[in-house]
Amino acid sequence: MKIGVPKEIHEGEKRVATTPEAADKIIKLGFKMCIETGAGLLANITDEAYQQVGVEILPDAKAVWQEADIIMKVRAPERHPELATDEVALMKEGQQLISFIWPAQNEALMKQLADKNATVLAMDSVPRMSRAQKMDALSSMANIAGYRAIVEAAQHFGRFFTGQITAAGKVPPAKVLVIGAGVAGLAAIGAAKSMGAIVRAFDTRPEVKEQIESMDAEFLMLDFQEDGSGSGGYAKTMSKEFIEAEMALFAQQAKEVDIIITTALIPGKPAPELITAEMVASMKPGSVIVDLAAEQGGNCALTEKNQVVVKHDVTIIGYTNLPSRLANQSSQLYATNLRHLLTDLTPGKDGNTVINMEDEVIRGATVIKEGNITWPPPPPKLSAAPKAAATSEIATASENKSLVPEQVKQWLPILVAGLTLFGVGAVAPTSFLSHFTVFVLACFVGYQVIWNVSPSLHTPLMSVTNAISGIIVIGALVQVSAPSAIVSILSALAILIASINIAGGFLVTRRMLEMFRK
Amino acid sequence: MSNGLVTMAYIAASILFILSLSGLSKQDTSRRGNYFGMTGMAIAIVATVFGGSVTAYTMLTIALLIGGFIGTKAAAKVEMTQMPELVALMHSLVGMAAVLVGYANFMDDSTSLEGAEKTIHELEIYIGIFIGAVTFSGSVIAFGKLCGRISGKPMLLPARHWLNLALFVLTFILGGSFLEGAETGGGSIPLLIMTIIALVFGVHMVMAIGGADMPVVVSMLNSYSGWAAAATGFMLSNDLLIVTGALVGSSGAILSYIMCRAMNRHFLSVIAGGFGSAGGEAAEVIGEVQPIEVEETAQLLRESKEIVIIPGYGMAVAQAQHTVNEITKYLTSQGKKVRFAIHPVAGRMPGHMNVLLAEAKVPYDIVFEMDEINEDFPHVDVSIVIGANDIVNPSALDDPNSPIAGMPVLECWKGASTIVLKRSMASGYAGVGNPLFVHENTRMLFGDANDKLQGLLKALQG
Repeated sequence: MKIGVPKEIHEGEKRVATTPEAADKIIKLGFKMCIETGAGLLANITDEAYQQVGVEILPDAKAVWQEADIIMKVRAPERHPELATDEVALMKEGQQLISFIWPAQNEALMKQLADKNATVLAMDSVPRMSRAQKMDALSSMANIAGYRAIVEAAQHFGRFFTGQITAAGKVPPAKVLVIGAGVAGLAAIGAAKSMGAIVRAFDTRPEVKEQIESMDAEFLMLDFQEDGSGSGGYAKTMSKEFIEAEMALFAQQAKEVDIIITTALIPGKPAPELITAEMVASMKPGSVIVDLAAEQGGNCALTEKNQVVVKHDVTIIGYTNLPSRLANQSSQLYATNLRHLLTDLTPGKDGNTVINMEDEVIRGATVIKEGNITWPPPPPKLSAAPKAAATSEIATASENKSLVPEQVKQWLPILVAGLTLFGVGAVAPTSFLSHFTVFVLACFVGYQVIWNVSPSLHTPLMSVTNAISGIIVIGALVQVSAPSAIVSILSALAILIASINIAGGFLVTRRMLEMFRK
Repeated sequence: MSNGLVTMAYIAASILFILSLSGLSKQDTSRRGNYFGMTGMAIAIVATVFGGSVTAYTMLTIALLIGGFIGTKAAAKVEMTQMPELVALMHSLVGMAAVLVGYANFMDDSTSLEGAEKTIHELEIYIGIFIGAVTFSGSVIAFGKLCGRISGKPMLLPARHWLNLALFVLTFILGGSFLEGAETGGGSIPLLIMTIIALVFGVHMVMAIGGADMPVVVSMLNSYSGWAAAATGFMLSNDLLIVTGALVGSSGAILSYIMCRAMNRHFLSVIAGGFGSAGGEAAEVIGEVQPIEVEETAQLLRESKEIVIIPGYGMAVAQAQHTVNEITKYLTSQGKKVRFAIHPVAGRMPGHMNVLLAEAKVPYDIVFEMDEINEDFPHVDVSIVIGANDIVNPSALDDPNSPIAGMPVLECWKGASTIVLKRSMASGYAGVGNPLFVHENTRMLFGDANDKLQGLLKALQG
């Protein structure tokens, strides 16, 4: 099948749905690929780079939509400004489309696509589970947005992020508050931290505390018990009391921090308003707010979508296209997400996609199958929560009852040893006993000497003891001069064998020890 | 040389051997320890040869020279990856020598002992030959298993414990008839039959032990070779042999015990053989592996600060230790903290990995034991597992039904990410699935360890 990548037409959209690296691997899956000329230019990818890996360059969007069986895009289809027609109108009957769709917000578009008998996979509907992480474009884009949010904030912030003591005076470090520690929030924490800022973070889900602390940021605790974890790794709406406590916290923080990054989103709902106009007014002049929820109405009351505004001396950034502002990077990650999805869609690696509705990931991503709207999918089955029931079973399983009581067990070896010694002493002749004394003492010396040996020397130790046990040569030596020929021959053989051991053992130990140098 | 001088020489040799073993317990004194051992051996041999009771100088010189030559050759030629094989082979030589000495002593009728002393002497011969024969055949099988000529899978005969018991009882009965026969100057037939039984016993014992337990087996055979020497000492009334044999025997026994403890196995259950007798169904491993390529691995390493390398038997097989060292040197020169984590039973003999790393000139102060490094894993950015499986298996800790349940393992999954180099998804020697491979932080780098590491080195430098 042929995959086509048209140029993105949304205003300010610089991303492209595939890169030469990804295209190369997609072609290895058995697909043919074509791309509209100049599609990658804004992401710094030239037509030649695509050509080199065998992607066909087509002169315009129409040709791409005409030739391809599968269309890969970033943004959902919309009205084409140059051709003065909808992208959906360019679609062939039964064509497959993979892009962001946002089916909940775009009912009309869904209908149009269904009328075209299309099969549509929405990158925003890929379920959030471990197996699907490699195609989770929301996460990869959120990661970029979080990073870019800090870069934008730095751009508009009039000071260093890191604290410094210079000859020209002391510079305090910037204080950054990140609200919502999802992928974007964590990326923002990481970026701000690596620039040297003091970073605090807040989230309604207690389980992310560890993640925040692992990024070396401070987790702001609310003195309030409520778990905000919803299904599929997202947050849910909280109770009224909780929100009040939360707002009080933000109000107090707003006075302290220099930069606020808000990333709070609840799926399918307008973004919660967390930073009120009063809080903005209470912030220090020159402070910056980056509202990553601007698309869904914004977490800050004064956010204006797609604009940078200055209100109460505070810069409020409401860009909704942050990933596009890092076009090359986001194209690469998005293209890789798409490639992973295609790999799963092409089990035979023969260039033919199979929409397997039994597969939970593919089922989730498929919003329209052959003209039938299949969105929303059944809810995801798995969340990351650990199973509590298993622990109690383990506890009972480990309680193994011993047959012999502990005290008896402890004394048993000593008792046996004592009896043995008594038995030996009662019958054995003196000459044997003196040897036996030597033997028992030597055993204990061996035990004491070896007990503390460092594990790295186990092998040399073994080969040296091996060489030493060649001492058996002595036994052969004292017998080799016996009058009987057989005895001397046997002894000579034993000498030969044992001396292999002695020479080999010591020399190989020496070789090994020579290697153990600091 | 007078008798007194010989005895003094023997005492000196015994002390030197003890010093030698204690010297081997630390890196700084280990080389000196080895020289002590050599000196002790030289003193013992010289004192015996010139002790007055030896006259057949030609024969013993020739035998010593030939043996010494073969040994020197072998020591110079052996690859460090083949150390376990060499050690096993040498154990078998000690066993064989003990058998030969035993037979020689049995046929030598110049000694004149009476009554109980004679009986005890006969018994000593009998036991000495028995231990020697078990050591010999067991070591030969261990050698075969280690170099892959015999399958590493445990061979579990039905009713194997009963078979062992029967062989043991038979040995006892034969011992009785041997003692009776020896009274009248005979007894060679029960002795021969017993030798054959002992050989079978050794074969059967090692055959039943799985590949993962090989470190225990090797050190156990080491111990046996010591006991064989000690038994010979009793037979010849030679204190030096007794002392040395007991030293080696108990040190080997302790090493085996340390190994068993490292695997959380009971010593007897290893000896009795067979893995997975714990019962219960181990949880199946569900999930999808996430493969990674060399370039991405290099990228990951470039971005990390703390790196831990966990080598396993796969590194030995692929002879990858030199490449590992090159990578380590490069990463260290880039200011990264690279350390090695060695599990006590990694490889096929105790300390196997340390020897390989030392051969590749990895400085030993960045090589750590499991207990030293396990707590640090949460701060580690990348752990690289090279051809290891069971020693990094999380189910040892959290799945009570796993055959390796309770065995302490290297907890690399607690780090930020883990890269596992592996030839395929086959399970380890224990035959257990490994949830680490499908852990969300784990990436699998499939292929021959050495090829992939060479590629990684190029990618890092390029």
